[in-house]
Amino acid sequence: MPADTTGAPLAIDARGIRRIYKTKPPVVALDGIDLQVEPGELFGLLGPNGAGKTTLIKILTTLLLPSEGTARIFGFDVVTRTKELRRIMNMVAGGEQSGYGMLTVHEQLWMFSQFYGLGVREGRRRVEELIEAVGLAEQRMQRVSTLSTGERQKMNFARGLLNDPWIFFLDEPTLGLDVSAARSVRDLVRAWQAAVPGRTILLTTHYMAEADELCERLAIVDHGKILAIGTPDELKRRVQRESIFRLEVDQLDGGPATLARLPGVTSAVIAANGRQEGDETSQTVAVNLALEGDAALGSVVNALGGIGSRIVSLQKSEPSLEDVFVELVGRGFDEAEANGSPSSGGRDPNDEPPAHAERPPTGEPAEVGR
Amino acid sequence: MSSVYVNRPTASPQAAAAWDTRRQLLTNVRGIGGRAYPRVSGILRERSWLFFEILLPFMTTSGFVFVYRALHAPPAYIGFVVLGGAMTAFWLNVMWMMAAQLYWEKDQGNLELYFTAPVSMMSILLGMAVGGMAMSFARAIVVLAIGAIVYGVQFQIEQWALLLAVFALTLAALYGLGMVLASLFLLWGREAWHLTQLTVEPIYFVSGLNFPVGRLGALGALAIGTIPLAVGLDAMRQLAFVNAPGLGGTPSPGIEAGILVVMTVIFIGVARWMLTRLEMLARREGKLTMRWG
Repeated sequence: MPADTTGAPLAIDARGIRRIYKTKPPVVALDGIDLQVEPGELFGLLGPNGAGKTTLIKILTTLLLPSEGTARIFGFDVVTRTKELRRIMNMVAGGEQSGYGMLTVHEQLWMFSQFYGLGVREGRRRVEELIEAVGLAEQRMQRVSTLSTGERQKMNFARGLLNDPWIFFLDEPTLGLDVSAARSVRDLVRAWQAAVPGRTILLTTHYMAEADELCERLAIVDHGKILAIGTPDELKRRVQRESIFRLEVDQLDGGPATLARLPGVTSAVIAANGRQEGDETSQTVAVNLALEGDAALGSVVNALGGIGSRIVSLQKSEPSLEDVFVELVGRGFDEAEANGSPSSGGRDPNDEPPAHAERPPTGEPAEVGR
Repeated sequence: MSSVYVNRPTASPQAAAAWDTRRQLLTNVRGIGGRAYPRVSGILRERSWLFFEILLPFMTTSGFVFVYRALHAPPAYIGFVVLGGAMTAFWLNVMWMMAAQLYWEKDQGNLELYFTAPVSMMSILLGMAVGGMAMSFARAIVVLAIGAIVYGVQFQIEQWALLLAVFALTLAALYGLGMVLASLFLLWGREAWHLTQLTVEPIYFVSGLNFPVGRLGALGALAIGTIPLAVGLDAMRQLAFVNAPGLGGTPSPGIEAGILVVMTVIFIGVARWMLTRLEMLARREGKLTMRWG
């Protein structure tokens, strides 16, 4: 049995997973997925709609059989050991409308608690605790049909924790939520995972910033294949061949060409919203600098001192996961979602339609295009 | 940090997954209660059923009562109709809230949660059945009581125990059939709605809801051998209206009770087999995971 360095089975050990839907024409939703996730990891699958993320989650949660390959969760085969596996896992999907609108939040959660074998009283106690934990105390006696989308997703999240799962599958958990509700759900995810060592989360998302913010490691998926795996920083370093800085100075005699001539400076251009030469309305000049390495920054600072320019601000621009995606597949995320999956003949039938109700802020300067 | 987040009763996932038979059994029993709950609570919460499931069907029943009176039929026929009207509640419940239910559960996204929970699907279906019986029982009692009072139905019962046993067996067989149909309808997808509509009236007819099924001759005999509602209703009529005219041509209540036992065993066995097959098929073809598969 494949195991981590301590000898314990891996939380997720998928090898050569293929999944073909027998439609006309056949859809290759997954094409040879290899994925190993350690116990206690918060692992992300990042990819556009139709990439195969949801199909992989369905296989790992025993809802689908792989056409080829094997997958084990904590050593339990997802094809043959479903009974054991279903006792230690749970799942929540974005936009989930499960349950019965006529029930109150408390009743709905209690009903689901019974499916996980909690006693009547134990179920009630657990439900009360979870309602409190996810911040739905005020809504506990409210009918499910009257909840807002964000409240509903918090309730779904509580449902997913009823059995205190060892592995928690979150399929686009913030899909369709507003910024505040999405942040709230992300906070819940982080808090739950951090509370006890060993809790594992597999999260799928097509929100770059969400993956960047939450995941310790992530895999970029497209057309049913994993294109790259690593920590967000590792993935970004793959595309960071130059150091990019945004420099703001009070004045720049000779323009950016003065800096571009310096050793170690690859390029220096006025930033998109920076002051152009002859523009007297702005108080500062903003320049995007591409350097061969951070060390070249010294010569830039010296040169600026030499021409009497005062540095107002200096900001290093990190590449985004979108940059990584573009580097790997040669097109942007939105384009990938619009085009579907050429190799598979269309969208993954399991994936949700594109939704742009919430895009977490990326935090990168807008003008640093790469 | 909420205390619920640091709850961790087991040392390893392997220990957490190792349930003994008792725990699995308890989970299945609790699952029945859990799934029955929305239906039972719905009796009190959604009062519209008083109108749709009592007043409207009672009007249908009343129509037949007036026809029989106009034809000067024996008074027992009024009782047959009222009893049939009461049992209609169960049949409608089986068709709309058992047979078609898994299809709607799939559409709502509940089905995949049931499958990924450690409770058996048989428990979920049994929970639906128990909850449905509770709903329909309330309706049946009201229809029976109103019918008896308004139309002066005189019951003649000599074997109470057998009558109650036949009633219970009829429900067991009916809901067993509902469990089989639930799997079938899930496979047929969207056609379930049309299938339900298509089957309601023919079943009413061959079950003899408003007349003794023995009057149908060979067709009635066939119905008694295959449709739980037909055999159960005929047995109950024989037991609730002893020596009433028009009840000949069918087996005795004892034999019909035996038929119901056999039907129950077969239906529940088939339902269990079908659910297992269905889950495998769904996992292989992805049907459970697609809302409009």
